[in-house]
Amino acid sequence: MSIDLKTIKHISKLSRISVDEPKGQKLAEDLNSIFKFIEKLNQLKTDNVEPLTSVAETTLKLRADEVKSKDIREQIIKNSPQDNEDYFVVPKVIE
Amino acid sequence: MSDITKQSLSELVKNIKDKKLSSEEVTKAFISRSEKSKELNTYITEDYSSALKKAKKFDEKPNLNLKLPGIPMAVKDLFCTKDIRTTAGSKILENFIPSYESTVTQNIWNEGAILLGKLNCDEFAMGSSNETSFFGNVQNPIDQNLVPGGSSGGSASAVAGQLTPITIGTDTGGSIRQPASFTGTVGLKPTYGSCSRYGIVAFASSLDQAGPMAQNVKDCALLHEVISTYDPKDSTSIDFKRNEYSKELTNNIKGKKIGIPKEYRVDGMPKEIEEFWHKGIQYAKDCGAEIVDISLPHTSYALPTYYIVAPAEASSNLARYDGVKYGFRAKGENLIDMYEKTRSEGFGAEVQRRIMIGTYVLSSGYYDAYYLKAQKVRKLIKNDFDEVYKKVDAILTPSTPSSAFKIGEKKDDPVSMYLNDIFTVPVNLAGLPGISIPAGHDAKGYPLGLQIIGKAFDEQNILNIAYAIEEKINFKNKITDWWIK
Repeated sequence: MSIDLKTIKHISKLSRISVDEPKGQKLAEDLNSIFKFIEKLNQLKTDNVEPLTSVAETTLKLRADEVKSKDIREQIIKNSPQDNEDYFVVPKVIE
Repeated sequence: MSDITKQSLSELVKNIKDKKLSSEEVTKAFISRSEKSKELNTYITEDYSSALKKAKKFDEKPNLNLKLPGIPMAVKDLFCTKDIRTTAGSKILENFIPSYESTVTQNIWNEGAILLGKLNCDEFAMGSSNETSFFGNVQNPIDQNLVPGGSSGGSASAVAGQLTPITIGTDTGGSIRQPASFTGTVGLKPTYGSCSRYGIVAFASSLDQAGPMAQNVKDCALLHEVISTYDPKDSTSIDFKRNEYSKELTNNIKGKKIGIPKEYRVDGMPKEIEEFWHKGIQYAKDCGAEIVDISLPHTSYALPTYYIVAPAEASSNLARYDGVKYGFRAKGENLIDMYEKTRSEGFGAEVQRRIMIGTYVLSSGYYDAYYLKAQKVRKLIKNDFDEVYKKVDAILTPSTPSSAFKIGEKKDDPVSMYLNDIFTVPVNLAGLPGISIPAGHDAKGYPLGLQIIGKAFDEQNILNIAYAIEEKINFKNKITDWWIK
């Protein structure tokens, strides 16, 4: 298997990271060497193995759905790169 | 007292409790040494003036029943600290000021400790040399131009260089134990679910754990006792009975069965590591432990598994950095363009690489071949440990396959960098506790570490074994203060 520039462009779109040609070439090179190393897993037969999603062998605890944080709007808004009164501001999305 | 910064945490606590030292004196001493140590580049954010104010306030009405009475401490910049900038070593969080405190740091302040500042780390804890930090390389106090390891490189460097008496790091694949090994210090990665992840900038949620980094095992046990608490704010925090680890610490390990896994004898391992490992085995025997040869057959599959699982979780966790709610934003022609430029300019190369790997292994058509496959192999790795723990109480291995390397040496070869974590990664995949203690120096005079891996929730046992072996090894770190002009 080999990751080409076209695949890199596709992953770049999915991950919302812009990638130009030189950066794409370098990434393809890096990812190919990393995946070559990852391919080792194919040596193992795992048809009847249960996947492990978490090592924490507990069931999630339930709690009452209560509001605990009040009046934190200002605290949340203050870290935004651009805001207007109580809103986050983004580039125009509707023409 | 001019040698305040040379004292261990336990000595400082005792001296403050005996009123031989005030919190202000101790805090001043560590600030003064930190200020003379800028060349190490350990701090991203300093908070010295409020630290002094807090120390003075502590001294006015000292509560000497606390576990960390008036002790100044710097922490890894991955822990959210209320109203103090928290960057995770990234440009994208360069100006982020949390409105809340992480549970682990809150536990520390509740016991009387005082924040000195935030310590450098690899960007989003992704790295093994601290070279991926947006805020620059960290120097290892052991030698000039030597990496301190990573990702908790600033934390390890600060403890070894005596800029903080103790600290905390986080460990996703070895980020506490590997830098501890590279700097001649002690680092504990607790059992998954032992320390709360609330308020820690997320990397790979099924692997991340916070833990103590110290000059010796006793200090490490004391800090672990403070930070390990059940926390409903972390859905994977586990409610189990925690020990008073420092009080129950003992060097009596008679009759303990310690396993030596043959798969950890890897090709090309420096002969000193093999020697120190044998010495460690001999010391454990001298303490009355029984040595058992064991096999963890899937060890060599741990790193490839990790490099699917961790980037997959990271790509999902880091999706939140979109330039809208907080963090850096780049200008874009439209919303999508803004997202793409923000993430391209805000994340460094290694973080982008891992997001791309993660996105790829989770993408349509590749999920089963990579992500599901890795989760299955992860199960086999965990089964290996479950099987050997029927026969042994703990496992003794080297911490790393080599000592610290020079800055720049491995930067351009991701796979060779990843191989650093070959002995530490299996522990995270299985969710187990592991501790690295200094074992000795190699021919270059650089420290090497031994790792003791325990059963889940059995931190007390590995702390005890580490304590017993530490006493026999009698390691002395060689710190020459080369950076102080």
